[in-house]
Amino acid sequence: MTLEELQRTAQEERASQSKVACHLHVCTAASCLSAGSAQVKQALEQELAERGMRSFCRVKGVGCMGLCSAGPLVAAHPEGFLYGRVTPEDAPDITRSLVEGRPVRRLSVPTDQPFFRRQLKLVLENAGLVDPERLEEYIAAGGYASLLKALTEMTPQDVIREVTISGLRGRGGAGYPTGLKWSTVAKSTDAEKYVVCNADEGDPGAFMDRAVLESDPHRVLEGMTIAAYAVGARHGFIYVRAEYPLAVARLRTAIRQAERAGLLGNRIAGTPFSFHIEVRLGAGAFVCGEETALMASIEGRRGTPRPRPPYPAEYGLWGHSTLINNVETFANIPVIVREGGQWFARIGTATSKGTKVFALAGRVVNTGLIEVPMGISLREIIFEIGGGIPDGRRFKAVQTGGPSGGCIPEEHLDTPVDYESLAALGSMMGSGGLIVMDDTTCMVDLARFFLEFSKGESCGKCVPCRVGTAHLYELLDRLVKGEANGESLRMLEELSDLLRHTSLCGLGQSAPNPVLSTLRYFREEYEAHLAGRCLAGTCRVGANR
Amino acid sequence: MNAGIKTLRIDGRDVSARADQTILQVARENDIFIPSLCYLEGLSPVGACRLCLVEVKGASRLLPACVTRVEEGMEVTTRSERLEAYRRMILELLFSERNHICSVCVSNGHCELQSLAERLNLTHVHFPYRYPRLPVDASHPRFVADHNRCILCTRCVRVCDEIEGAHTWDVMGRGIEARVITDLNQPWGESESCTSCGKCVHVCPTGALSEKGRSVAEMAKRRQFLPYLTMMRTQAR
Amino acid sequence: MNWVRPTPPSEDKRWKIVDAAMRRMGYRRDALIEALHSVQETFGYLDDDSLRYVAQSLRLPLSAVYGVATFYHFFTLKPPGKHTCVVCTGTACHIKGAPQLLEMMEREYQLKPGETTADGRLSLLTARCVGSCGLAPVVVLDRELGGKLTPEQLRHWLEKRLAYDA
Repeated sequence: MTLEELQRTAQEERASQSKVACHLHVCTAASCLSAGSAQVKQALEQELAERGMRSFCRVKGVGCMGLCSAGPLVAAHPEGFLYGRVTPEDAPDITRSLVEGRPVRRLSVPTDQPFFRRQLKLVLENAGLVDPERLEEYIAAGGYASLLKALTEMTPQDVIREVTISGLRGRGGAGYPTGLKWSTVAKSTDAEKYVVCNADEGDPGAFMDRAVLESDPHRVLEGMTIAAYAVGARHGFIYVRAEYPLAVARLRTAIRQAERAGLLGNRIAGTPFSFHIEVRLGAGAFVCGEETALMASIEGRRGTPRPRPPYPAEYGLWGHSTLINNVETFANIPVIVREGGQWFARIGTATSKGTKVFALAGRVVNTGLIEVPMGISLREIIFEIGGGIPDGRRFKAVQTGGPSGGCIPEEHLDTPVDYESLAALGSMMGSGGLIVMDDTTCMVDLARFFLEFSKGESCGKCVPCRVGTAHLYELLDRLVKGEANGESLRMLEELSDLLRHTSLCGLGQSAPNPVLSTLRYFREEYEAHLAGRCLAGTCRVGANR
Repeated sequence: MNAGIKTLRIDGRDVSARADQTILQVARENDIFIPSLCYLEGLSPVGACRLCLVEVKGASRLLPACVTRVEEGMEVTTRSERLEAYRRMILELLFSERNHICSVCVSNGHCELQSLAERLNLTHVHFPYRYPRLPVDASHPRFVADHNRCILCTRCVRVCDEIEGAHTWDVMGRGIEARVITDLNQPWGESESCTSCGKCVHVCPTGALSEKGRSVAEMAKRRQFLPYLTMMRTQAR
Repeated sequence: MNWVRPTPPSEDKRWKIVDAAMRRMGYRRDALIEALHSVQETFGYLDDDSLRYVAQSLRLPLSAVYGVATFYHFFTLKPPGKHTCVVCTGTACHIKGAPQLLEMMEREYQLKPGETTADGRLSLLTARCVGSCGLAPVVVLDRELGGKLTPEQLRHWLEKRLAYDA
């Protein structure tokens, strides 16, 4: 597809959309689907057909609109009505409201609240607006224009320069400067290079990548293709965890559509550049989010990491130079190419540019998906965007970075969200999971939860992690049950130090973080457990005494 | 200056090395002691046991000497209080992981785990012993696999894959549940791929793999064959 | 010596699906995980015969295939029960009551994660996170997702599902 054809497709699609006065967007991402949104969509279509309103209003399935706790969500455009907790029985009321021009009060979700107002959508700019299963809608929203711009107006070096200027850092959690990674792979003289998208999102409590893949899959393909052009790769893989069947299906559909349209595969957009993408499934191993383990998995082997250096840019898939980036990182590329690196660098803080997608979950009123500029405070995210703590309970801590991260207590809530600030507090940005906890959460139990996870996910290759996580878990389990003694805290700290400094990969190195972080801010809970009491009141301490 | 030769400093001593050598290889050439268990000359290094970690000036992390290539001007420290403490703790973790009872073991006196513990002055293990229930597989006509003594160094996996070529051994499961297995986790004696060459037995650092008929302290390993075979195979390629 | 394609473990026509999956990837060794996914999806679990067949088709050592099959928790070597109940044990679900759901399963069905009832009707599994944290705690029963469940609601749902068979 050439630029002219792209623009023509966009025009045709927009014309087709404008023939209908109004659109009802029904969220068909995993969360709302499991709450019954497919039935809601069907009911709405039926209702409109029965009322003879099909030429006036069309129903379409869209991706994530963000406020998952209020799902299934239905939005009416251009009226701007947003409805939550919709059931198929609400179809008559909703269709009637379109005719009357007045929203259905009992279903209405205010769109003027901080949850929506305070977000800045770049990665999610199309989520909830386009049908993720229609390429034409992505094109009409400006999709693939960045790819064509890169292929026809920019050199690979130009692309890398924009990405470098943008200051984009890896969104998988480590925050490595993306432009630097790209230029390292680009410089390699390897004849066969690969681009890999890490969609293994294994952090429990994180669903950002899932939402992006289900809501706007073409965006990720476009980002990967631009990257392949920039570094000189001809083959790409998207490694998706098997627990995301909808994301896998939508990706496969998107790849087929893009190939048929000449936007992926051989001679893209009529240029000499060719790039093929293959989807590869994970199979239930958190460690495969680590890049060397991920590559081992793509190669059909056990997903055990190997020592780095050499890094994938030098020695990656099958020994070839490989670029690995997270889903969200690639999803930022189209907008960076479109607006320029400098525009992007104006958002965020001095060291952390752009936005970050967060999955807000746990004990907070508004759970769901948000995208905010870097530098926003945790307090604003939790209490304004998140709506605060439900049931009149008190905020206790927010967990960032999943099992590799740490807890942040109330006194640090005004910390701006950026890579360095969170690390300084003993946590990390991580992939974007934010779990909010209130005073009913026991921090010792939470530490045990994370260690149980790390112990189960340890690949077993290196001694410190394999045996260390088992011992850490045992110690925490005894602490939770009130069977530990004073030695236990010292041993926890000793093992934590050992794992941090001697483990082979990031899993072992960061497995102690939840322990260290809860010991730092909530040591009194550990002391209480030693003395046979649980300050949160949830653990049955001393039951075996 | 010959581009293929590097000079570096290990524990304050200047040493020279080929560009493709690792810190561990150079250290051993110069009789500088760096402990290791998963490393065996002739097999590909994996950097798994973490005993060979050394401090390198300018590096933010400790680096495994067995897989880290030397660089010009590198400054390596192989001994420090911190490294000694980590090494002892790693050994303690190994002793606590499975059932290592030297007094009744076929490799008593000939065991690399035992020797290393002695050398590093390990006097007691302060981590709680786990006492897992692990099997002894004596189904093979010539050899015995005692999983109680295994430290998952994977030397058996590597020698069978890289030198013998049969790839009879591999690892099943993961984490603390990981175990070495033959074929489809069958008794070793029923393995279809095993050639009974015995290489795995002799590269095994402990009494996990031994020859039948050996009693306590009688299993001394002989691995003179390994560098010779490796050299022959490399040349043949 | 030319490699000969092995014959499938049985006459079951569904082996063609597995063959197609391996052929699509040129019978390369990196097709292993996709091949195992295909076997599990088609037959419900991986048994020795299927592992052997995949190993021979892809020219891989038996122990390597076994090692991969047991490394990844998605794969199971045991036949599943007629119904599979997956309790999500992600962080959000943990905070919102997943442990209580598991306690109920042990109490009412004598099932720990990874086990199947003696009559083969129900298997209990845990998943590290299914990515629907807004609906915590989440349970997937036979591919149907249920959210915000109390132990009582889960038991009711299970009873209805099991009664449907009778």
